[in-house]
Amino acid sequence: MREALHAEWTKLRTVAGTGWLLVAVIVLTGALSAAAVAGCAAGCSDPARTSLTGVDFGQAVVAILAVLAISGEYSVGMMRVTLTAMPRRLTVLAAKATVVSGLVVLAGAVAVLVSIVAGRLLLPGLSLTDGAMLRAAGGSVLYLVLIGLLSLGVATAVRDSATAVGVVLGLLYLFPVLATAIGDPLWHRHFQQIGPMTAGLAIQATVHLDALPISPWAGIGVLAAWAVGALLTGGLVLRLRDA
Amino acid sequence: MMFWQLLHAEWTKFRTVRGWVIGMLAAVLVTVLVGLLGPTSSSFSCAGPSGQACTLADHTPPLGPDGEAVSDGFYFVRQPLTGDGSITARLTSLTGTVQPWSKVGVIIKASTRQGSAYAAVVGTGSHGVRMQYDYTHDTAGDPAARWFRLTRSGDTVTGYDSVDGTHWHQISSATPAGLPATVQAGLLATSPEFTVASQSLGRTNGSGGPTLATGTFDNVALTGSGGTWIGGNVAGQGPGGGPGSGFRQSGGTFTVSGSGDIAPAVPAKGGLDKTIENGLIGVFAGLIAVIIVATMFITTEYRRGLIRTTLAASPRRGGVLAAKAVVVGVVTFVAGLVAAAIAVPLVEHLEHGKGFYVYTVTPLTELRVVLGTAALLAVAAVLALAVGTVLRRGAGAVAAVIVAIVLPYVLTIAPVLPPAAAEWLARLTPAAAFAIQQSVPQYVQVTASYTPANGYFPLAPWAGFAVLCGYTVVALGVAMLVLRRRDA
Repeated sequence: MREALHAEWTKLRTVAGTGWLLVAVIVLTGALSAAAVAGCAAGCSDPARTSLTGVDFGQAVVAILAVLAISGEYSVGMMRVTLTAMPRRLTVLAAKATVVSGLVVLAGAVAVLVSIVAGRLLLPGLSLTDGAMLRAAGGSVLYLVLIGLLSLGVATAVRDSATAVGVVLGLLYLFPVLATAIGDPLWHRHFQQIGPMTAGLAIQATVHLDALPISPWAGIGVLAAWAVGALLTGGLVLRLRDA
Repeated sequence: MMFWQLLHAEWTKFRTVRGWVIGMLAAVLVTVLVGLLGPTSSSFSCAGPSGQACTLADHTPPLGPDGEAVSDGFYFVRQPLTGDGSITARLTSLTGTVQPWSKVGVIIKASTRQGSAYAAVVGTGSHGVRMQYDYTHDTAGDPAARWFRLTRSGDTVTGYDSVDGTHWHQISSATPAGLPATVQAGLLATSPEFTVASQSLGRTNGSGGPTLATGTFDNVALTGSGGTWIGGNVAGQGPGGGPGSGFRQSGGTFTVSGSGDIAPAVPAKGGLDKTIENGLIGVFAGLIAVIIVATMFITTEYRRGLIRTTLAASPRRGGVLAAKAVVVGVVTFVAGLVAAAIAVPLVEHLEHGKGFYVYTVTPLTELRVVLGTAALLAVAAVLALAVGTVLRRGAGAVAAVIVAIVLPYVLTIAPVLPPAAAEWLARLTPAAAFAIQQSVPQYVQVTASYTPANGYFPLAPWAGFAVLCGYTVVALGVAMLVLRRRDA
């Protein structure tokens, strides 16, 4: 496993796009968060949550990063070399998952830090040490990591990078949009409870927790289930199908 | 190569890649199937006063002269008026649980049937004096005026206001649709329900209740008047009249109290009100499939190196990109048209079957919604092609286009952004294009939650669509430049 990790780390580290994508996670997350919180001067229902809005944007870049970690290999035929060198395919996937998670934790933590510092500068009333705020900030990093794992799993199953990114962003963004079409309140609630983004982002809420469709940690649990499901599917496909 | 040969070449590429054809068919399928989510997950149940189940007719709003759904409930103190003539009154006070759009004033109405044509000059709670006719038309008068007059001459009704009763000022003149020879003329009082809207995760929850406005008038004069004034509620089901409504006449003073509204009916998403664009929610899913296919239409050529063959065969690079844009645009337009033309009537039919009222719109509006949806998908496909040409990488291009079109919409309907920021997103980003699907316009004379989450966009339908076109033209321009300058 150590060699596998080292190999994956070397690959991801030396691919031209990785550094830029990590920078993009930080910049885009911070920029959207700052822009959103700047509008809060007129009043926001949950300023802490608004100061983390950029995660909605940053997750798309995390998805690209995670998808390219495996689709990039398929597109140039590198995958066959990788699997020849390391025939234990699930180990390869586990190593990729570990390396991607590590990178996303780093970039995500910086991005969230930038967001809340920007929020604090623009909105002096924002408390940074409040328990709910810490949960929202730490949870946002965890959220991004789980999005990375979900994307990696989907990309392993789908292989093509464009399709994988489309599927992941569809899974994320479609649930909140489609929920608006559902008239029945109970169904509406259930629909938001199963969506990876609608459930996962409950972790960012700091006020009116009882009005959320799902409690913060249960929501992260739903997203984790999506990520595990995607990774299992990806792992199964990886084992069974020719590279 | 001639341009039509380029087109032929690109069309051959498109139709022979199985994944792309499947992707486009999938776009049609998910657009229709996801659209079914709305009607299948909604149920309608209500009980009448004696416990019987209510029918569609019980909650179908009356239709105005132009076929649009309207609210028509008020207290009407009236006399018949035959031929030309006029009614004049001075409003001395407006009291009660007054709302911004509580209305008291003079009215000439074709009949007491709900939805019939009318013209009125009214004083309002906080919007001054207005002349309104046939529900959707609204003109402001002099806010200081207290004397109101309506004059009928043939098919034309002219509204006047005055501060002192001697110097009259014309507000506007109207031709209410199909006024009969004998109309009902008199005084009106009405006051809309107050609503407190709260938003959570893209859903607006309203709570409220009826209100009552009381207008006191004197100097009431009707041409040829000799009969007695009759009072009565114009109301079917729903608000209209209500407790406390009525009128009192003592000497020359009339006190009229009423509740309800005379205005276009405005649907609120997520409630019992359905609009035709409800059936098009699946377009978001179809859009993602279209973006993937359109991006791969160019990025796959780069990945496989086919682009070098393509450009060797046709060195005019701009022509290649134009041909690709035309092919992917036309294919997507046709696919989008098929999907929208199936989804809209199908969902409408299912919602009718479940007992929902679907807001009627003119055939022209329905055509605009369906064609506009197809055009939106086609332009988004061309945008994806252009971004794919610039970035060359499928993953980045797909993410960029989805983030540009879908993410702003997600953010506008989410409760995290302040409303002003959400409105700017719906103006400035490509997501403004979804305005093309809005079938019921926003009315200044009706208080409601006009937010994108409720289906109301700040830009007019075609203006919103033009925003997406603008981004696409810029992206195509950059793509042309990059394609010419850069080695393939």
